[in-house]
Amino acid sequence: MFRHALSAIQNIGHRVIEGMWRLGHASRFFILVLLKSGTSLRRFGLVIRELYFTGVLSLIIIVVSGLFVGMVLGLQGYETLQKYGSESAVGTLVALSLVRELGPVVAALLFASRAGSAITAEIGLMKATEQLAAMGMMAVDPVSRVVAPRFWSGVISMPLLAAIFSVMGVYGGYLVTVVFIGVDEGTYWSQMQSAVDFRFDILNGFIKSCFFGVAVTAIAVFEGYDAPPTAEGVSGATTRTVVSSSLVILGLDFILTAFMFRGVS
Amino acid sequence: MTSESLIEVNNLSFSYDTRPILNGVNMRMQRGQVVAIMGGSGSGKTTLLRLISGAIQPTSGHVKFAGEVVHELSRDALFRLRRKMGMLFQFGALFTDLSVYDNVAFQMREHTNLPESMIRDLVLMKLHAVGLRGAHHLMPNELSGGMARRVALARSIALDPMLIMYDEPFTGLDPISLSVIGNLIRRLTDALGMTSIVVTHDVQESLKIVDYVYFIADGVIAAHGTPKEVRESVAPFVHQFVHGEEDGPVPFHYPAQSYEKDLELEDCRV
Repeated sequence: MFRHALSAIQNIGHRVIEGMWRLGHASRFFILVLLKSGTSLRRFGLVIRELYFTGVLSLIIIVVSGLFVGMVLGLQGYETLQKYGSESAVGTLVALSLVRELGPVVAALLFASRAGSAITAEIGLMKATEQLAAMGMMAVDPVSRVVAPRFWSGVISMPLLAAIFSVMGVYGGYLVTVVFIGVDEGTYWSQMQSAVDFRFDILNGFIKSCFFGVAVTAIAVFEGYDAPPTAEGVSGATTRTVVSSSLVILGLDFILTAFMFRGVS
Repeated sequence: MTSESLIEVNNLSFSYDTRPILNGVNMRMQRGQVVAIMGGSGSGKTTLLRLISGAIQPTSGHVKFAGEVVHELSRDALFRLRRKMGMLFQFGALFTDLSVYDNVAFQMREHTNLPESMIRDLVLMKLHAVGLRGAHHLMPNELSGGMARRVALARSIALDPMLIMYDEPFTGLDPISLSVIGNLIRRLTDALGMTSIVVTHDVQESLKIVDYVYFIADGVIAAHGTPKEVRESVAPFVHQFVHGEEDGPVPFHYPAQSYEKDLELEDCRV
């Protein structure tokens, strides 16, 4: 009994130490990527090429999801607000929900699943098939040439995708509440215009999505670069990217919201 | 001989954690030579290539390449040195998102300021040397194993290196591709005046093309000599390896307790 308890405590201790070591390793790798981003800035074509894979190819899932989330928000918002005779505020509800929270958060979760996992799998497979080692042997630093352009493409894509998600959501809400239910169009837009503040709502939502972009892409490139060079290793790394990114997005969202919207009416 | 040596491996030892892999290895490789490094699986052949290229640090001893001690170089100096080296990986390691043409052009675009028209000519010349000029537009997934390795070979000679290291270049090839790769290694080494190190298990094919052979076993150089000396050697390890004998200094059975004891037959003896 005592031996089992001791073994369990040792196991927990071992896992905590391993987790901390890995966190330190990831932090060092993140700093290394930032230090080696010069090539990405000098040869911006490398980043633009990756922007296509991370950003443009994520557009479909972002546009469709944004539209449906906006439609559901419009529908649920209208059902609740009409009980209090405030259905005219549905535009405000849709816009604030999207711009402050759902736009950055849901877009980041989708981005982690679509682009983050793809980045991890690609870098992990490049490692498993010795492409990164070959690059190193050709005196080309894989962190500068492969990792940094993917990192910056993710950082640039994320806020743009979150903005597109919010815009599509607002139009989804418009479609349901104005076109299908019959809420007055002028009220929908004017309430939204008067309630949504550029500084507190749009800018803060944009800052959130920038943080999420850095977090998701940093996790994705680290997991790919650190993946054991086997099929099982790459598969595990891809799963870890989606799970870790999702948890980090939700945790970061709470922290950022607490700082940004404290005391804002 | 020493003055002509491109690579000097001096008393080189290497361990993974506490597991020794190489123990006091000494080698000399001259300019223009094709040298084979042979040994069983896990004997440290690939580790030796990684030590020569500076990818890992030795536990003790050193490697000198063109007069420079590889492990004492800074990262930038090591990368400058690597421009004089090429490496052919076991399965080619071609960049799967780039075409054959772009794979071969990769190093030229990364390390030189040559105009695209000149890069085009050089790429086609390199691909012509390996017989794949007509395949320049293909993607790596459209190539056979032998073709992929020839493209990788063209890529590794893109900047006319002084040294090319081949890690198991004959693995998984049909007899024709195997012969083609073997002859290309010899021809390109002679034509470009470089040195080639071939890590391989393929005794018969490699003995046809190499100038000198090192055998590694248990982390040390078990034997070395010219292909003629190796073929005629009566040293038990070399004889077993060259003739592919099942048992010998490298035993068939993994060390274990007695067979009778394992089958619990000791008490049944009459």
